[in-house]
Amino acid sequence: MTPRYLPLTEADRDEMLGAIGAGSVEALFVDVPESLRMRRPLALERALSEPELVAHLRGLAERNTHTGAELSFLGAGVYDHYVPAVVDAILSRGEFLTAYTPYQPEVSQGVLQAIFEYQTAICELTGMQVSNASGYDGTTVAADACYVAKHVTGRAKVVVAEAVNPQVRQVVKTYAPGFGLEVVEVPHRDGVTDPNELGQVARDAACVIFQQPNFFGCLEPAPELAAAANEHDALAVAHVDPVSLGVLEAPGHYGCALAIGEGQAAGNALAYGGPHYGFLAAREDYIRRMPGRIVGETTDVHGRRGYVLTLQTREQHIRREKATSNITTNQTLLALGGLVYLTWLGPQGLRELGETCTALAAYAKQQLGLPLSFPDRTTFKEFVVRVGRPAREVVAAARERGVHPGYALGRDYAGLDDALLVCVTEKRSPAEIDRLADVLAEVGA
Amino acid sequence: MKLIFEKSRPGRRASSLPRYDLPEPEIAADLRRETPPRLPEVSEPELVRHFTELTSRNYGVDTGFYPLGSCTMKHNPRVNERIVDLPGFRDLHPLQEEDGAQGALELMWRLQEILAEVAGLDAVSLQPAAGSQGELTGLMLMRAYFAERGERRRKVVIPDTAHGTNPASVTMAGYEVVSVRTDPRGNVDLGDLRGKVDAETAGLMLTNPSTLGLFDEGIEEVARIFHDAGALLYYDGANLNAVCGISRPGDMGFDIVHFNLHKTFSQPHGGGGPGAGPIAVRGVLEPFLPVPTVARDADRFRYEYDRPRTIGRVRAFGGPFGVFVRSYAYIRAFGPELREMSEAAVLNANYLLARLKDAYELPFDRLCMHEFVLSARNLKREHGVTALDVAKRLIDHGFHPPTIYFPLIVPEALMIEPTETEPKETLDAFAEAMLDIAREAAEDPDALRRAPTRAVVGRLDEVKAAKRAVVRYAFEDHPDLSEEPARPVAAEAPKGV
Amino acid sequence: MAATESYPDDVKYHPEHDWARVEGGEATLGITWYAQDALGELVHFEPPEEGATVTKDQSYGEVESVKAVSDVIAPLSGDVVAVNRAVVDAPETVNEDPYGDGWLIRIRLTNPQEVGDLLNAGAYRELLAGL
Repeated sequence: MTPRYLPLTEADRDEMLGAIGAGSVEALFVDVPESLRMRRPLALERALSEPELVAHLRGLAERNTHTGAELSFLGAGVYDHYVPAVVDAILSRGEFLTAYTPYQPEVSQGVLQAIFEYQTAICELTGMQVSNASGYDGTTVAADACYVAKHVTGRAKVVVAEAVNPQVRQVVKTYAPGFGLEVVEVPHRDGVTDPNELGQVARDAACVIFQQPNFFGCLEPAPELAAAANEHDALAVAHVDPVSLGVLEAPGHYGCALAIGEGQAAGNALAYGGPHYGFLAAREDYIRRMPGRIVGETTDVHGRRGYVLTLQTREQHIRREKATSNITTNQTLLALGGLVYLTWLGPQGLRELGETCTALAAYAKQQLGLPLSFPDRTTFKEFVVRVGRPAREVVAAARERGVHPGYALGRDYAGLDDALLVCVTEKRSPAEIDRLADVLAEVGA
Repeated sequence: MKLIFEKSRPGRRASSLPRYDLPEPEIAADLRRETPPRLPEVSEPELVRHFTELTSRNYGVDTGFYPLGSCTMKHNPRVNERIVDLPGFRDLHPLQEEDGAQGALELMWRLQEILAEVAGLDAVSLQPAAGSQGELTGLMLMRAYFAERGERRRKVVIPDTAHGTNPASVTMAGYEVVSVRTDPRGNVDLGDLRGKVDAETAGLMLTNPSTLGLFDEGIEEVARIFHDAGALLYYDGANLNAVCGISRPGDMGFDIVHFNLHKTFSQPHGGGGPGAGPIAVRGVLEPFLPVPTVARDADRFRYEYDRPRTIGRVRAFGGPFGVFVRSYAYIRAFGPELREMSEAAVLNANYLLARLKDAYELPFDRLCMHEFVLSARNLKREHGVTALDVAKRLIDHGFHPPTIYFPLIVPEALMIEPTETEPKETLDAFAEAMLDIAREAAEDPDALRRAPTRAVVGRLDEVKAAKRAVVRYAFEDHPDLSEEPARPVAAEAPKGV
Repeated sequence: MAATESYPDDVKYHPEHDWARVEGGEATLGITWYAQDALGELVHFEPPEEGATVTKDQSYGEVESVKAVSDVIAPLSGDVVAVNRAVVDAPETVNEDPYGDGWLIRIRLTNPQEVGDLLNAGAYRELLAGL
């Protein structure tokens, strides 16, 4: 049976081989040395017809407990916000879904204009002047920021707050040796970063990375952290939650050089961790050090407005070993999801969303009635409670009752074994929060 | 057309959200946002129309033939989109406990096994987000491997035909690039190579078949030279579509391979991404792989974090899972007949090459693999028509142009990759268009220089875009171009349409 | 408006397509007609800082067109005394007048004997003919 995605018939093949002047398909591989040819079929399971394929994958999918099958308060970097129907409708259109990178602008105006609009939306959210067309995710854009900072400042050290998402810190540490950078972490003090302590190590740093709200859900004294970095000419880099920026101040308004983040919360499904999009925006000064693609506005030969990939001399296909990054394939479709989502929300919706999440989280704090790990801190949509026993046990026990109560912080932070990071999005109702409170009480938290 | 921001009217919105009568906590004044971001204010009907209009100004594989060399623009089966949208995949939180993610972990484990078999290597990390991140991860593995052996090696050899990602990745990994020449048959120049490999060489990065679409005839000797010097070989999998089930990188002597799941295994490109760049490695490098990988204990699947010599994590979670679902589905639609995928890709390319090689120059006259590189040098010399002009005229014929001006060693390069999912009729129509254009270059070269005339815009001023760098909408300060000049009537229809 | 091809006799040439006009202990540096033509219309000049040291045969800055970027190689060694701000603001000046208004930097020579290593216009033309 000819695999279903291959259109050539036997007659086509014969005719084509005749035009080539080859006796067989095998003969086309004459350049592959005999000794390197595979002499057996690939050891793969048999081909599946489309109905069989769907059945097989449905079987795998059904062995996963998704957020529709369990009442979930899990966040910790990836969030169960509502993704509106318009996002799916637009992203499933073949002209976007099945296009390559817009190298030929005349046939790619749709994607190019959409990226230009995305860049504008990200700049508006973050208060910055330039955004790239997306990075891989919220972790790799932090490594990108370090590479920018290394070249801008010529310094050999980066400072990362310990209250930054552990996976972001891990990725920075993986990349740093190749960049010739040393990574210094600044511990949190009762859930937030101390600006004075940060300033001490920012002295000879290329950049300082902090997160707002931080991994514990607490609001950092972000303007003071940025000031501490700026005092020592280190670039202030804020890692921000895009859906918080209707109620929380934009990094560009408190002195940051770069604003980065994980875009998933704004318009992408959870999808077991990806694909999502990372965003990276900067002050105008750093436009020539930006990694990745940037779309610019111009005109055509008739004076009509159009869009092109611009400042490409930064990129690997031209600058090669001196490029600002090796990135080429990025996360355009997911970023487009972000644009559609932010358009759907509008400024009013974004603010309401932030207010609703904050209010629900405050309600949850009160209803749970558990001691808070960081009681003096203001929080956004996540907060940390002490459950009086290893949080992993509480998670397991609650899940048996159909509730995923949150993330056990002991996975990443020594001394926080009894700490549970609870996340509340607009998808959770007060009644569901009451249910979480009941279940936690039942399991002896 | 207008930008979505130019369609915005205060007070409109598309969203509706739940509201509860709950007290809101106070946020300190210096942390609270006072100036709202100027996101578009539109209703849902306007939103849908806007983005639908944008799609009408874009070309995808669904629209037509997309022979963009090195990019493997094959059909994207729709069943894969249905599958990835199943709630058990789409709505699964990446930090879900492993007992609640057994199906996802099993899928990842199965994909790891498949990729190891296709590569002919021992272990796989699915984590890298794209080919270029796979490259960087592979180079980090080299560093870790040599560091543990106490060897200081600083150079990585790259052929002059390489993708720009290779040298960029080398620098980001803290290595130095050494460039090696291509010989007159299009292979790595072995003489040049021997002089450049020594005790300071960490490895080679090679695409095979190369970006010229040619299988390197000396690959065994290339591998020997590096292994004799104690160095490692990295396989850039951008062109793997040529050799699945036919020849395996591990058997060729490569120690590290990255896959572009968005090329070889049909993850839709989405206008520039997402992709995935999993890597497969020889056993000796397995201890250094990024964490986590997926392990199997009898009938249980779990993330493996216990890898003391790991280079660390290169992105969040286990990798771009949605891409794994689609690529796994694509591979399972073929099974062991995956070989037929590569055979059809190579047959299609050679057929197009046979039809075009008399009208355009062929810098390396050999059978090609899944793609080939022609040069429009003859048209430039005789008629002053460039590869760019040919590409733009193809748009008027309804085709997406091939990759142009790459690889850099071929002047006026046209790099054409048809893929396995195109019928002969499409190849014939494209060949006719290319032959028409070659004739037109002689008869009416200005028609080519004016092209495209049938796209929504004509050629765009890239110099202006780079000089003034307008990279976001400037609201009230933005030049008002909503009154666009009337669309000029196409000068004339191209022949043969 | 791009200039027409020319290689004036009042400057000395470096094989990497750079020129120097030596006047006393100083020299004005720029790129040749051939270099600007190969690059196409320039959109950016990344200059060194005034006071910086430049070394013969090494890069002191970058020029960019839309599709290419090129190091600018110093034909002579010296300290930068002036950067042509007109080119920073309007890089196409180099295309319009590569040996005049399109000069890039002026240096105070630290090793004037190096001038002897440079090519005259005839020798540079010969070099181009062989490319």
